[in-house]
Amino acid sequence: MNWLLDLAPDEWNAVRLSIKVATVAMIASLPPGILIALVLARGQFWGKTLLNGLVHLPLILPPVVTGYLLLLTFGKRGPAGAFLAEHFGIVFSFRWTGAALACGVMGFPLMVRAIRLSIEAVDRKIEAAAGTLGANPLWVFGTITLPLILPGLIAGAILSFAKAMGEFGATITFVSNIPNETQTLPSAIYTFTQVPGGDAGALRLTLISIVISMAALVASEVLARRVGRRMDIE
Amino acid sequence: MTVQVDISHRLGDFTVNARFESAGRLTALFGPSGSGKTTLINLIAGLIRPDKGRIAAEGRVLVDSDAGLFVPKHKRRIGMVFQDARLFPHMSVASNLRYGRWFTPAAERYADINGVVELLGIGHLLDRRPAKLSGGEKQRVAIGRALLASPKLLLMDEPLASLDEGRKAEILPYIERLRDETKIPIVYVSHSIAEVARLASDVVVLMQGKVAASGPTGAIMQRLDLLPAEERGEGGAVLDTAVLRHDEAFGMTVLGSLAGEIRVPLLATPVGAPVRVRIRARDVMIATEQPVGLSALNILPGTIVAIEPGEGPTVEIGLDCNGATVLARITEQSRQTLGLRLGRQVFAVVKTVSFDRANTGAGLPAEADE
Repeated sequence: MNWLLDLAPDEWNAVRLSIKVATVAMIASLPPGILIALVLARGQFWGKTLLNGLVHLPLILPPVVTGYLLLLTFGKRGPAGAFLAEHFGIVFSFRWTGAALACGVMGFPLMVRAIRLSIEAVDRKIEAAAGTLGANPLWVFGTITLPLILPGLIAGAILSFAKAMGEFGATITFVSNIPNETQTLPSAIYTFTQVPGGDAGALRLTLISIVISMAALVASEVLARRVGRRMDIE
Repeated sequence: MTVQVDISHRLGDFTVNARFESAGRLTALFGPSGSGKTTLINLIAGLIRPDKGRIAAEGRVLVDSDAGLFVPKHKRRIGMVFQDARLFPHMSVASNLRYGRWFTPAAERYADINGVVELLGIGHLLDRRPAKLSGGEKQRVAIGRALLASPKLLLMDEPLASLDEGRKAEILPYIERLRDETKIPIVYVSHSIAEVARLASDVVVLMQGKVAASGPTGAIMQRLDLLPAEERGEGGAVLDTAVLRHDEAFGMTVLGSLAGEIRVPLLATPVGAPVRVRIRARDVMIATEQPVGLSALNILPGTIVAIEPGEGPTVEIGLDCNGATVLARITEQSRQTLGLRLGRQVFAVVKTVSFDRANTGAGLPAEADE
């Protein structure tokens, strides 16, 4: 059993990095995810279909294409990348932040879908009732809408996290496969499979990967059930 | 002036074009379904924006399309009780009740949580979730929630329509207490004559989006022509009376009215308290002489002041009983046989058992008739 637990420092780093990247990707996607889901669920505007298509693009494009588009846009010479680096000092290319961006973008459609469905299930009449009690739209959102969509929010966040844990194509295309910086679990597994005698390492990381994903799934189930019991909607 | 409405609003191919004013303690917006009642109350609450017109409540202009004024719903301080309670499912009853308080400026909070909980009898529900409440309990909590926002005007949109008869009977006394014990003017939407006759001080009758009539309840209820066909059988006179005495031995209460003494099944109301009774026109018989050997206990002398053709074989007879109006629905055949005509002295006969619980409710205290 020793070979299973005896992780090399690089392997540990890959595990830690993957969790960090997935967590940051999930948290950073939540605010825009909620906003876009809200707009798609409730908005009536020209170009809604276009926005919907754009959000879903990473789901249907080959991940390598998404990664390459990110490289073109957020790379050092890309328009958004150059702007962010110059004004905010945020650099994506060949950094773990770039891996987080790639993972966030790949998981975004899944997150938006889950949140959008839960927003569409909210009874707007209940929100109107809160309005007649004196709550302005922002308060209504914070005290009524947000708690009511919490199960969908959790589901969306976990989907995004799980997607980020497994993201490979876009990440490796955008930020390459640099140990200790952008080498997430899938990249590390891939690297092991490319070298002779790497089977044990690949298997170790594969098992870890399974454990983390299962843990995330169980955590979301428990959380969703607790929230569901608290709400107890008929 | 409590409420002034003068609006025109289009919904698809239906247009609401209504103008009314009311200063009553409980103004009923009454009419058949599809007459625009709910649209009107939603306009007052600010849930919809009228195409054109002006709405003022409690001296404050809420909507004036000419001036481009529209006060959003959360700034109106108008409470609303919906037909489908609309409680917040993720909060306890206590949190539901307290919700509106957060948004009421401290200086304008007049509603006291203990008082409201006591008024509505919901103390034992505070820790529960809305999903665990019965329909009647939900509606009482919804009323309490609206009250605790300390509104300047309370709107109720068919609050009893989705409840069965038993639950209705459970809530009606609370609405009467609300009307009589709080100072908040109420606008109450209903298509039920029983509710309107029992609760309203004033009635605005709506038909096809227009105001067909408005005025004090007693006067409006006599006009059977205003009632929708399916409710016409429920139409009749509304009399404001007071308890004279209780006859425990026979299980009856004797009420004093302008028309004379009226015996109804025993009420819990104390002697001297106001009671409002509705005498359905179909429950009234007419005798040309003082009847003898008759089981009916209420015999009210009066003069025929109106004869109107009714549905099918019926005619509607209006009697002036010493200043109170009583309506009777009889057949045209009986009218001819008895030779009933305007000005004739007759007796209205009403069985005590025709006053069921739905027909006898707390009367409005005297100052309501100022």
